[in-house]
Amino acid sequence: MAGVLVVGELANGSLASITGELLTAARKLAGPLGEPIGALLMADRAGNTAKEAGQAGAEVVYVVEDPLLKEPPVELVLSAVEQVVKKVQPTVVLLGRTPLGRDLGPRLAFRLGVGLVQDAVDLACDAQTKKVTANRPVYGGNAVAKVALNSRPHVITVRPKVFEATAPNPAPSPKVEAVPVKLDAAAAKIKVLKRTQQEAAGVKLEEARIVVGGGRGLGGPEPFKQLDELAKLLGGAVGASRAVCDAGWMPYAYQIGLTGKSITADTYIAIAISGASQHLTGISTVKNIIAVNKDAEANIFKEARFGVVGDWKKILPAFIQQVQELVK
Amino acid sequence: MPLNIIVTAKQVIDPETPASALRLNSQLKRMETPPNIPPVINGFDENAIEAALRIKDAKGAANVKVTVISAGKSFVLDVIKKPLSMGADELVLVQDDALEGLDAFATAQVLLAAIKKVGKFDLVVCGRQASDYDQAQVPLFLAEGLGIPCVTIAKKVEVPESKLVVERVLPNGTEEVEATLPALVTVSNELGQPRYPTLRGIMMATRKQPTTWKLGDLGLSPAALQPKVPIEQLFVPTSQRQCEFINGENEEDKGRKLALKLREAKII
Ligand SMILES: Cc1cc2nc3c(=O)[nH]c(=O)nc-3n(C[C@H](O)[C@H](O)[C@H](O)COP(=O)(O)OP(=O)(O)OC[C@H]3O[C@@H](n4cnc5c(N)ncnc54)[C@H](O)[C@@H]3O)c2cc1C
Ligand SMILES: Nc1ncnc2c1ncn2[C@@H]1O[C@H](COP(=O)(O)O)[C@@H](O)[C@H]1O
Repeated sequence: MAGVLVVGELANGSLASITGELLTAARKLAGPLGEPIGALLMADRAGNTAKEAGQAGAEVVYVVEDPLLKEPPVELVLSAVEQVVKKVQPTVVLLGRTPLGRDLGPRLAFRLGVGLVQDAVDLACDAQTKKVTANRPVYGGNAVAKVALNSRPHVITVRPKVFEATAPNPAPSPKVEAVPVKLDAAAAKIKVLKRTQQEAAGVKLEEARIVVGGGRGLGGPEPFKQLDELAKLLGGAVGASRAVCDAGWMPYAYQIGLTGKSITADTYIAIAISGASQHLTGISTVKNIIAVNKDAEANIFKEARFGVVGDWKKILPAFIQQVQELVK
Repeated sequence: MPLNIIVTAKQVIDPETPASALRLNSQLKRMETPPNIPPVINGFDENAIEAALRIKDAKGAANVKVTVISAGKSFVLDVIKKPLSMGADELVLVQDDALEGLDAFATAQVLLAAIKKVGKFDLVVCGRQASDYDQAQVPLFLAEGLGIPCVTIAKKVEVPESKLVVERVLPNGTEEVEATLPALVTVSNELGQPRYPTLRGIMMATRKQPTTWKLGDLGLSPAALQPKVPIEQLFVPTSQRQCEFINGENEEDKGRKLALKLREAKII
């Protein structure tokens, strides 16, 4: 059928947020290509998700149901996607650059003998030539590369939280097609022995409206108590730079940035963080960045809306006290 | 029979270079540093080397052989020999003018050919991504090309008996997984600080010469390395933001005024 095929992800029996984002991204290519948007859903039971995908913009929904796809290892998902792509022959395959997609994408591309754009933040297609290009941050976010795709299908993983899922269309009429695939449990080569979840107490970093981030300039783990206090006052969460996590002052689950978490907060208060591009990657959608740093030339001030130059040891307690009075 | 470990390591520009010192080379579509800032081994690749050396420590030096492979157009020998001074046994450099600006697919072709020429391996250890183009692709291509299991983003890598046991980093926790050898694993900085070269290591490394191969030695021609994902343009994003600095009599005063300012702007 050609088309733009979104490899959907599900969470708790519903579409995961990335799937809606990918369907929005797909529109940027499907229009100029003049091809339909398809969504691929894989699960042990797809339930109501085909309808959800239709409401989020899919014109065709390919459903793969197989008992082996209950919490499936990446190799089985890979095998399912590979079979569907070979059958459907899409022009473009879009995946999320999620923990699953970032492993799936390259392996799928290799099996198809094509190249891959990893971590795209923008997509474009020329309506005349049908040439597809993508923008991806490189050098830790210090530069952006506009790349072309010379092989077909074009396989692209899209950075989460860059595109916004649109409000569901209440009356969609997607074509739903069950696709049979052959899965072999023996293809799964990696055995999970155990999983350890470390859920942070309080507001979740990725979902908080306000995040207070601490950097190496704090000098140790102790000051994070003050950051914690501030975050609690504001109903927010605490985060940290990689330097802090590498030093062992905070667990890695608090790391914000290119190889840590991306936050969706409106406001980020950065205390003693220099603002390296790899850190800024994690706060790229934040509107209000507020920075406290003793170095007036620190890179963080280039992105900040409000800044204070000086020693956090003196600034922060006074700031917290004033906030306390204001929010009382 | 020793355990043969291959580590891949890339020479990259120093990612700690301040943004103000980075220069865009729009012709070659890459970022460059001033000549006084030397390149480094990709940080995650140093973690990968450390992971391999920890296995060597655990199993005994005589029972593990660590071979490091790097591909590139040119190398700074003092930089790329660091794995040897850390304790790796062999260094293989695939050095060829044709290896300029390769995409991930082409890079994987070169490394696959090099790994096959090295021959014996039980474990391939890579960095999770290279800090220049941040692709995080090459290792997955290698695992597919070699047809071996692939475990990504490790913080702990062990080979008890003849199995691979890895602790992986997940967004909110960790996962312990097991795979049979041969296998490939990618390593992240959560593994911990790579060791510093010892004086003895540095002296050994000075004496040891890397094995150098050209593209032709791998049976590859430049034509096979045409990019599937060419970079058309490289640009530096510009920020439109203007920072309003809060002034005050002293630092405490600035702290208080910041709070008042944020209230005025309805941020808190
Ligand atoms: C491939 C790669 C991926 C990376 N991924 C990430 C990532 O995901 N997240 C991340 O954060 N980093 C990441 N980094 C690291 C990043 O490049 C920086 O090294 C890191 O963000 C620096 O952390 P920092 O700002 O806390 O420390 P520094 O850069 O050391 O900054 C400390 C700041 O504190 C200020 N300061 C010191 N004392 C005081 C004081 N008393 N009062 C006020 N200010 C003070 C200093 O002026 C300085 O600006 C990555 C790097 C690489 C190469
Ligand atoms: N030219 C290269 N030489 C050696 N190893 C490489 C090269 N390119 C990539 N790698 C390895 O693959 C990993 C991921 O690279 P990338 O896919 O480019 O982000 C790196 O951390 C290296 O271990």
